[in-house]
Amino acid sequence: MTTATATAAQGARRRRRGFGAWWAWVVFILGALYFILPLIGVFAHSIRTRPDIFLAYRQVFADPAFFRGLGYSFLAGLLTVVISLLIIVPTAYWVRLRVPQLRPVVEFVTLMPFVIPPVVLAFGLIRIYSQGPVRLASTDTGLNVMLVGAYVVLSFPYMYRAVDTGLAAIDVRTLTEAAQSLGSGWARILSRVIFPNLRTSLLSGAFLTLAIVIGEYTIAQVLARTTAFAPYLSLLGRNQPYQPAAVSLISFGLTWLAMILIAFLGRGSRTRVQVAGAR
Amino acid sequence: MAFLELEGVRKEFADTVAVEGFDLVADKGEFVSFLGPSGCGKTTTLRMIAGFELPTAGSIRIDGTDVTNRPPNRRNVGMVFQSYALFPNMTVADNIGFGLKVRGRPRDQIKQRVGELLDLIHLGGRGERFPWQLSGGQQQRVALARALAIEPQVLLLDEPLSALDAKIRIALRHQIRSIQRQLGITTVYVTHDQEEALSLSDRVVVMSDGRIEQIGAPADIYNFPATRFVASFVGTLNLLDARVVEASTGRVSVAGQEIRTGVAVDTGHDGSEATVAIRPEGIELGTDGGTNRLTGTVEDVSFLGSIVRTRLRLHEDGTTLSLDTFNDPNLMPPSIDTAVTVSFPPEACLVLARPTAVAAEQRDAVAAAEALL
Amino acid sequence: MADVAAVREQEARIAPPAPSRLSWSWLGLVPFFLFCTAFLFLPVAFLVIGSFNDRAGNLTLQNYADLSTGIIPGAFANSIEVSLVTAVAGGVFGFLLAASVVLGGLPRVLRSGLMTFSGVASNFAGIPLALAFIFTLGTLGFLTTLLQSLGLTGFRGVNLTSKLGVEVVYMYFQFPLMVLIIAPALEGLRREWREAAENMGASAFQYWRHVALPILTPSILGAMILLFGNSFGAQATAFQLTGGTLPLVTLVISSQIRGDVLHNPGLGYAMSMGMVVIMGMSILLYTLLQRRAERWLRS
Repeated sequence: MTTATATAAQGARRRRRGFGAWWAWVVFILGALYFILPLIGVFAHSIRTRPDIFLAYRQVFADPAFFRGLGYSFLAGLLTVVISLLIIVPTAYWVRLRVPQLRPVVEFVTLMPFVIPPVVLAFGLIRIYSQGPVRLASTDTGLNVMLVGAYVVLSFPYMYRAVDTGLAAIDVRTLTEAAQSLGSGWARILSRVIFPNLRTSLLSGAFLTLAIVIGEYTIAQVLARTTAFAPYLSLLGRNQPYQPAAVSLISFGLTWLAMILIAFLGRGSRTRVQVAGAR
Repeated sequence: MAFLELEGVRKEFADTVAVEGFDLVADKGEFVSFLGPSGCGKTTTLRMIAGFELPTAGSIRIDGTDVTNRPPNRRNVGMVFQSYALFPNMTVADNIGFGLKVRGRPRDQIKQRVGELLDLIHLGGRGERFPWQLSGGQQQRVALARALAIEPQVLLLDEPLSALDAKIRIALRHQIRSIQRQLGITTVYVTHDQEEALSLSDRVVVMSDGRIEQIGAPADIYNFPATRFVASFVGTLNLLDARVVEASTGRVSVAGQEIRTGVAVDTGHDGSEATVAIRPEGIELGTDGGTNRLTGTVEDVSFLGSIVRTRLRLHEDGTTLSLDTFNDPNLMPPSIDTAVTVSFPPEACLVLARPTAVAAEQRDAVAAAEALL
Repeated sequence: MADVAAVREQEARIAPPAPSRLSWSWLGLVPFFLFCTAFLFLPVAFLVIGSFNDRAGNLTLQNYADLSTGIIPGAFANSIEVSLVTAVAGGVFGFLLAASVVLGGLPRVLRSGLMTFSGVASNFAGIPLALAFIFTLGTLGFLTTLLQSLGLTGFRGVNLTSKLGVEVVYMYFQFPLMVLIIAPALEGLRREWREAAENMGASAFQYWRHVALPILTPSILGAMILLFGNSFGAQATAFQLTGGTLPLVTLVISSQIRGDVLHNPGLGYAMSMGMVVIMGMSILLYTLLQRRAERWLRS
């Protein structure tokens, strides 16, 4: 073997370990550009106002509709999280502990929202509840109920999986038996034993749900919830020049915040509930 | 006839030296084992022979050709991995035939060769199965056949049996050796299991901390360990603190009782500290075993199947001595807390130096090595 | 349809006095199933039944036959095309991106950065995403004007109301989703496989061609199918971009909800069912591929 080939081989190996292959850098930089350019675009647009470059932001923060939209969607998100947890945690717990035979059924149902696009779900909801005995669609409260109900259903796929993996990790049966042997009731077992042990996966699911509900447009729009954040932004996008850019950037920041929190919570654990699908 | 030669091989990783001063000459058809605790550099050396790691210094020659810096896919070396590493997307036959396929051999030739190898590993007719349909032992046999398919000049096995059950391990061990003899292929076998190394090999290379401690035939390694490390790593060993009474005649005192070693103590002067090593099987209960005598109380008796291991307490300071006797159903093992006398010949004792500074450190290393056994 | 049949089947499985251990335990699941009935089963069942009824309430298959009329076939074709293009392009690019950090030897910081970014980007869709692209690649967008000032005077931006425009925007959440799904599979490629292949004389190309790619194929295909569904069901982004001028299935359905543009309610329901069937098939295919991938990558 000649020295030239030898050094070449050594060089190749060093490259692999140290700085990375050239193609990897090309791909990575392309990806980073795709990611960053639109953000720069929005930001550049949001400060185009002259002479006061922060005018758009000032206007947004002076606009009650912005806070009303954010507040409404945040509240809807909170309600969704609470109801989803109240339904999913006992169900997943019960499936694991008492009726494991029904696990495939429950899993199938929780995955149905993957198959039924939001627009289809909203379509069915608005039609069935505008006629017949339960006319939720005829009152504002009814429509709000439908909105949160639909969001709760949409949160099932990742909420159930998060809770179920969490339960798998803590050996529910033993914990329950231990609690029962100390004379605790079901409610106490859930609130004192199971919930605290699931905290990480529950919080991750909750932040994801919040992020999604705040940005959700389709269902809110079908159910005429025009105060909600996304419909407000959509309308703003058609009527105003610079404010929509500012609000988009804020919305992006909120998504980023939620993901950072999830990543922070998920340190060390292998639970990953990050994807809820596109809108 | 030198076939595989390693000369002054050294490997450094970022801040550690994994292997240094590694010299080995293996003959064609020889079966050599690298034996040592994990992290001793045996796998790194094997990976340098395979070409997965490049030596920092030194050279590797196969059949006279320098392959030191040749990439792995251009060496003709077969490797069997601890984790089998079978390709999950291919059938058994495709796995075995892979090396021939990438060499562009004709299809029918590959088929024939794969058939031969399947017969060799006693898996004839199972060529169409997938790896996940086989047991661990079967998968490792397939991995062996796959490594042999390319007719390698050297066969490398990296702890091939450590993921398997004890029973299969022993059966497969014999199978590997018989196939190796049949093909007469030069083989390097890495293991941390001394029993495996001793029973399989023509020669054993005992390694510790990246260095070769001893190279020799299994019997030599076991009977005449060159260093304290080898003595303690290979087989079970009693290591007794001793004081030299008379160096020239080999008289030493152990736990207040005087014994005589076979040779003069050349590692110290009268009154200095030393360590005496005695194999448990070199000691007999009673006084028939040789001229040396030691007395103590029975602390523990453990039944190990064909042998019975008895542990004696020689002294209040906690010095203990283990001895092995064959399991004889007609003899009662000594009962606990009785006083007994044991005997052994002077040749059974090996005197090792005990330099004061490194002694403690060395003892830790030995303890770690023993824990592995 | 498929779902309802499956739901019925499940109910049948729940109902009979099955193994004695089941007895009354299933009662613990009543809240869950009640909620699902109100907000999932009933709405879907309504669409299913409606799709088989004509305006007068008679049973008919006409609605499904009518799916081949008007803008509907075009809408399905557009949706499928956009989804296929973004699934394949996003899949390939996402795969390369994941490979660049997992196998390309880039510094570890970039890897965790990419994963977090992918989590954000795959969930950053809808109105703000559409706006971000309008302000970047639209006629007066940041990048458009930047390129023009750099001498590309002919560049007028990307027509974001066109299919291509929608595809460019969808890529923003498609390739990060691919990264999230495929990175674990790439990490599952064991070093020994590569070494075993090299050891037997395979070149890097032969290793990829015969070992790595075949092993990854189920995962890659499965992930692309998921990307397909992800794009197929998206509505808000396209709506904000095109204002509904580009006929995509989700956009036609949402305008049907608003104003019966199809002039036949049953036809809207049948269209929804068509979507559900396509989504259902993708998920089924994904599950099957996933099962195979897991069997291979498990060790």
